[in-house]
Amino acid sequence: MSPFTILPILLPLIGGILMLMARPAGIQTQRILNLILVSLLVGVSLVSFNLASSDIQQVVLLGNWQAPFGIVIVLDRLSAMMLLLTSLLALAALWYAIRTDTDKQGQHFHVLFQMQLFGLNGAFMTGDVFNLFVFFEVLLLASYGLLLHGGGRLRTRAGLHYVVINLVGSTLFLFAVGTLYGILGTLNIADMAIAVKSVSPEDQGVVATAAVLLLVVFGIKAAMFPLYLWLPGAYAYTSAPVAALFAIMTKVGLYSIIRVHGTIFSEQAGDLAFVHVQWVLLLGLITLALAALGVLAARALRRQVAYLILASVATLMIAIGINNELALTATFYYLIHSTLLGAAMFLIADVILKGRGIYADSLTKAIPIDRPIIVGSVFMVLAIALTGMPPLSGFFGKVMILNSALSHPWFAAILSVILVAGLLMIVAVCRSGSLMFYSVKKDKSEQSAPLNKSAFVAVIVLMLVSPLMVIFAKPLNDMSSQIAAQLYDQQAYIDAVLTTLPHGENGK
Amino acid sequence: MEWLIASVIAVMTGCGVYLTLRARTFPVVLGLTMLAYAVNVFLFAMGRLQVGFPAVIDPAAAGYTDPLPQALVLTAIVIAFGMTAFLIVLALKARSELGNDHVDGLHRSEDERKATRHNTKTDSERSES
Repeated sequence: MSPFTILPILLPLIGGILMLMARPAGIQTQRILNLILVSLLVGVSLVSFNLASSDIQQVVLLGNWQAPFGIVIVLDRLSAMMLLLTSLLALAALWYAIRTDTDKQGQHFHVLFQMQLFGLNGAFMTGDVFNLFVFFEVLLLASYGLLLHGGGRLRTRAGLHYVVINLVGSTLFLFAVGTLYGILGTLNIADMAIAVKSVSPEDQGVVATAAVLLLVVFGIKAAMFPLYLWLPGAYAYTSAPVAALFAIMTKVGLYSIIRVHGTIFSEQAGDLAFVHVQWVLLLGLITLALAALGVLAARALRRQVAYLILASVATLMIAIGINNELALTATFYYLIHSTLLGAAMFLIADVILKGRGIYADSLTKAIPIDRPIIVGSVFMVLAIALTGMPPLSGFFGKVMILNSALSHPWFAAILSVILVAGLLMIVAVCRSGSLMFYSVKKDKSEQSAPLNKSAFVAVIVLMLVSPLMVIFAKPLNDMSSQIAAQLYDQQAYIDAVLTTLPHGENGK
Repeated sequence: MEWLIASVIAVMTGCGVYLTLRARTFPVVLGLTMLAYAVNVFLFAMGRLQVGFPAVIDPAAAGYTDPLPQALVLTAIVIAFGMTAFLIVLALKARSELGNDHVDGLHRSEDERKATRHNTKTDSERSES
């Protein structure tokens, strides 16, 4: 155990407070300070990643209370990967926000940005279900502020939907947590995994209900059918850097399913083992089918990108639902890909939107944008990556997922849904691309806005992730399989959490 | 007492769900508040209902009631309170910006009209040519 472990949570919290204090010094100071803090967070996440790669869970006992009695912060390989992913994504999103002056459109952008990271990192590291609820609320409250940042009618309406559905989700979360506590008598994830083995037969139905209720809550966050309807509106109408940062938000839901359900309702849980898995797979398949139709039906580019994000989340749900170590390996590979590339797609949609002036991002014939060749090429690369066409990372991820499903009884359904959805998406994205870059108005009367080159750097950097993920597929796959192997060894997690002694009692 | 508490939670949840599904923002806010109250009582009851027992250590006590749900309820109350306040402000903002208090913004807002104008414009251009 190292006291350093908790730094990824503390740094953004302190950062948010600093940001608030730096406000009188002007936006320029806030920008520089925020860039420094987020870069620092990338560094801290890297060190955490290194710490976690020793295969031993790093456990911090808050308030020096031993595990089932106090709240624990746990850093393992999965948490470390999510921390690193979050901080890298945040850096790109922040750069884009600063270079396009998005942060000047309203108050407190930088404060909310840091608080968002605080909530995210906390959710990724906590080992306690109720603490997970609290961090969910922190990240949600920050996300409400960021979503509404800048204002506008459609944004307000989308924000209202987002807030209401998440408040309902929070209430359901409390119902589920309360039920689990009432039966299991503990809220520590590791301790719950032990308690669930000895649940009496007449209580098993109640625990199963709570488990599925918890799945509904995480399903709201992850945008699982039929709870995904908030996502296209919220992601399409918020500002681009916020939408890019929100690419990690749906993954919080997926992470929670892997962490909470994967640990508590593992194969050692007796009759309650894998109570959630069938649901995740079935709903993932339905979500993917509907997301593909959404991509096809979208009338504006940002909405289309939002549905593309939904499709990638649905693909991840299917991988979680397949439920074997190989599938989990594929999940993490695809998760890195879909988070960073999805964010890049939101940013390039914004670049196109700004370039087209009053036509915005509606899929209609419009004036040509500035520097169509470079923007168009980047769009094409991103489209290929996100729809899962070879030779980029999306294709690799999908092949890994399908490969892990080979012996699954539902293989035919999984194969057909993933492939048909991929086809529909590539058709739709091709149509958008050709409409925006080839089928343009010839008259020179309307001038397109010049390309914001320094902001565009963020898009290119995120885009480069895809070829890099192909080149370094082997080490990334090894890393993902190590994460999956560690998650499948639940006993090690339980032991690490419950046997960590408070300070001052090491000698006894 | 179990029966009473259970029916109180059931009625509040039922009212909460009904109000949350209404089409205007104010009933929705009320509904969410009701749901929050219901879940608070529910959480409290999850520590089992006991009368006359202290939650903190007392040498004279014959037994204890579970203190953890009380701490959970306190956290939940604070969070629900803050969220409700935020939602009310947001609902007021939506009322003034959308021009009505429908959750779905029933009337098409000007932004959407502006966005669709390009569509219809290009359609008419196409038919002319």
